[in-house]
Amino acid sequence: MSELKQELKEKIIEQLNLEDVAVEEIKDTDPLFGEGLGLDSIDALELIVMLDKDYGIKLDDPKQGKTIFESVETMAGYISKHRSR
Amino acid sequence: MPVYINSIGSVSAQKTFDNSLFLEDVICYNDTVLKIIAPDYKDYIPPAAARRMAKGIKMSTVSAKTAMTEAGIEENEIDAIIVGTGLGCIGDSEKFVRDIIGNKEQFLTPTRFIQSSHNTVAGQIALGMGCKGHNFTYVHSSISFESAVLDAKMQLENGEANHILVGGVDELVDHHVKTHELIGHIKERPVETMSVINSGTKGAVFAEGAHFFTLSSVQRPSCYAELMGIKTYNTLTQNQVPEKVRTFLSEYGLEPNDIDAVIFGYNGDVEFDGYYNGLANGLFKNTAQVYFKHLSGEFDTASGFGFWLASKIIKEQRVPNVVHLNAVPVDGPETMLIYNQYRGENHSLTLLRRC
Repeated sequence: MSELKQELKEKIIEQLNLEDVAVEEIKDTDPLFGEGLGLDSIDALELIVMLDKDYGIKLDDPKQGKTIFESVETMAGYISKHRSR
Repeated sequence: MPVYINSIGSVSAQKTFDNSLFLEDVICYNDTVLKIIAPDYKDYIPPAAARRMAKGIKMSTVSAKTAMTEAGIEENEIDAIIVGTGLGCIGDSEKFVRDIIGNKEQFLTPTRFIQSSHNTVAGQIALGMGCKGHNFTYVHSSISFESAVLDAKMQLENGEANHILVGGVDELVDHHVKTHELIGHIKERPVETMSVINSGTKGAVFAEGAHFFTLSSVQRPSCYAELMGIKTYNTLTQNQVPEKVRTFLSEYGLEPNDIDAVIFGYNGDVEFDGYYNGLANGLFKNTAQVYFKHLSGEFDTASGFGFWLASKIIKEQRVPNVVHLNAVPVDGPETMLIYNQYRGENHSLTLLRRC
């Protein structure tokens, strides 16, 4: 689980071009949207594509994203339960 | 109604992003492609906004902001944003296409798609400024910039706008460079850019850049010059060029001898520099001659650098030695002509005068 969290932090920084953010600056429970990393709706789409491409998870209901993408911890928890690759 | 160039902004292969400088510290290259000298983008763009911007958008934003600041025009006073680009945000276009192929048309992300259209630059600048006015992008090869300027000029002359932000931008990316190397449009071997005009070889030294200007119907204290006229031609033979120049100048009651300095777009391509030689050894034999692509390199909107240079020369009333091509002295230039073409096509004539 901790490996997956580390991997997610690296992917988030790389795929969302967060050039000024270091992996160690992202706490597992930091909110990704709003306060915290300050991601926006376009980033949410990028994360949905990432789930599909890298972990084989298709979100049928985009509203699910609100809870899944709450933090790195919630993302890791959802991925470890539902991943197909 | 006259059209004034009230301010300028440039990001190029030289240190031109600081308007207080004028080619004092020129960079000489020995290469076949030149990248921009980038300013510190954090000084101009919030990091949160910059992270999703392609290089072309970043350098255009800096150039546009520099021009807006110098003109002292409020963002809500800009009536239109008009941009010319030969290739748009080709970097993200390439990545998007690569993703389509690599991922078998699946998993396409929004950021690259958003930035893969040519009008992204004009759109992003407008979003940043909150400008809801006319927003247009001309994609017309090497007269893209001139097309944007011509549109702005006509709108200002017709009283449809008072202040227009006009610019030209093109960025370099690997695939584009490779394809143009293959077809011989880029020089085969590195050349000393300061002597590229004498290279005697085919092709040009490719580059990138962004040049923005505020054009207005009202003269501001920062004014550089008046834009008298601009005209483009798709195809001309070398023999037709002098006559076209004469006709163009006559529309403004001028003869070739009335031009104090002429700027040529020489790029050192032995196949096509003859277009400039014809004028340099003919109509403008006794006129001060200026060139610039040994500094800027060649790209679809390189003429924006020529426009920037002419504006600077007229405002500062001096021609830096590094761009002075012949021995004819120029003292206090009042009227300047820019002639540019690329590979014998897309010719442009631009006439500026002191105001």
